[in-house]
Amino acid sequence: MPNSPSDPPRPPGAPRRIKVQRRGPLLVEGPVEVELEDGTTVFSDRFRVALCTCRRSRRFPWCDTSHRARSSGAGEGPGGKD
Amino acid sequence: MTDRSARPAGATAVSGYSRRMEYDREGPQLPAARGPVSRAVGAHLLGTGPLPSPEAVAAAPAYGDDLQLALYQCYELHYRGFAGVSPDLEWDPGLLEVRAALERRFLAALRADTPVHDSVADAVGALLVEPLHGEGVSHFLRDEGELWQLREYAAQRSLYHLKEADPHAWVLPRLWGRSKAAMAAVEFDEYGGGRADRVHARLFADLMSDLDLDTTYGAHLDAASAECLATVNMMSLFGLHRSLRGALVGHFAAVEITSSPGSRRLAEAMRRTGAGPAAEHFYDEHVEADAVHEQIVRHEVIDGLLEQEPGLAADVVFGIDATGHLEERFGDRLLADWRAGRSSLRTPLPALRRARGESSHIS
Repeated sequence: MPNSPSDPPRPPGAPRRIKVQRRGPLLVEGPVEVELEDGTTVFSDRFRVALCTCRRSRRFPWCDTSHRARSSGAGEGPGGKD
Repeated sequence: MTDRSARPAGATAVSGYSRRMEYDREGPQLPAARGPVSRAVGAHLLGTGPLPSPEAVAAAPAYGDDLQLALYQCYELHYRGFAGVSPDLEWDPGLLEVRAALERRFLAALRADTPVHDSVADAVGALLVEPLHGEGVSHFLRDEGELWQLREYAAQRSLYHLKEADPHAWVLPRLWGRSKAAMAAVEFDEYGGGRADRVHARLFADLMSDLDLDTTYGAHLDAASAECLATVNMMSLFGLHRSLRGALVGHFAAVEITSSPGSRRLAEAMRRTGAGPAAEHFYDEHVEADAVHEQIVRHEVIDGLLEQEPGLAADVVFGIDATGHLEERFGDRLLADWRAGRSSLRTPLPALRRARGESSHIS
């Protein structure tokens, strides 16, 4: 069934889906506006937004992958960006 | 093919009445040859000489300048072509035969030299661990990189970033369902979400302007090392072959997963050296964008593909680990040159035009 959708279709106006993981950010369908503790708001219009849950992000409330495990070894994978 | 020997190399139109474009007038200049194979390919493109012999192809080292440039020339016909070269040569049977021979050499070397993990979970898991004391290029540039080294890095990376996401777009028709939808969503983001000023290739050109680099597509091809060419050739190789779609997905995942932390280090390097706001923005944008892309690629693209085609798992692993292998070679080459106090480029960059707070030197 190569062309069958992998999820049942969701009706328009369905609740916004948020994906929770044991380790890693909350994944929210964008666009989102986030109100921070000091009352200011930040906005993202990405199609999917990764919200930091570990509070280590230097770009809070957005995930910057700071939740990742650290190893004592040296080395680096692909260092640039795609 | 029409008579190509009389073709002018410049941009002047032969006739305003020609019915179809017989050769690209605009476009990147053909690069300077780096050996007999790339010289013969270049001559064939201009219609001035025969294709390289199978013996010449067989004799060229797989990762060397000559073979990698010849392959790059073949692939570039699928992107923007070259000035003075017929766009129809993209499907020239003789050239495709040579390209296939070059690809066999390159792919065989990658398969032989890439240490591969036992499973997709292991290969992805290894990428998700950040070393406390990394020694890669982005660590070097963050900690001690000078402006001239950042300029060299950007000049070489421009071979990919000025066509950012293009090699990966080839895979879209080879996917379906969940993996296709997710891959297209990430590519849409790479292409600026419908806004030309946010296309990542555009953001990289802005970074290059901050660094006083020529932003013309293809301008730094002659300067780029063989190690750099190999990283871009691998993307084209995986993207242009449906049989390698698993490897393309693995490669893309490796890039997206490692991008966020690497981009943060490069953003810090740009800030520390006062490279400029667009230079900082390119990498800042990738810290956030790729933290999202990583999640989509892991959970939707890879998992979606393997749900449909579990037999591709080994190819996904190969794509991930081959990316690490070639990036390591490129990084080692850059650091070896810089630590020895020499340029990593084959041709020097023009000096910075603007005065800056920080001294830059190319010794």
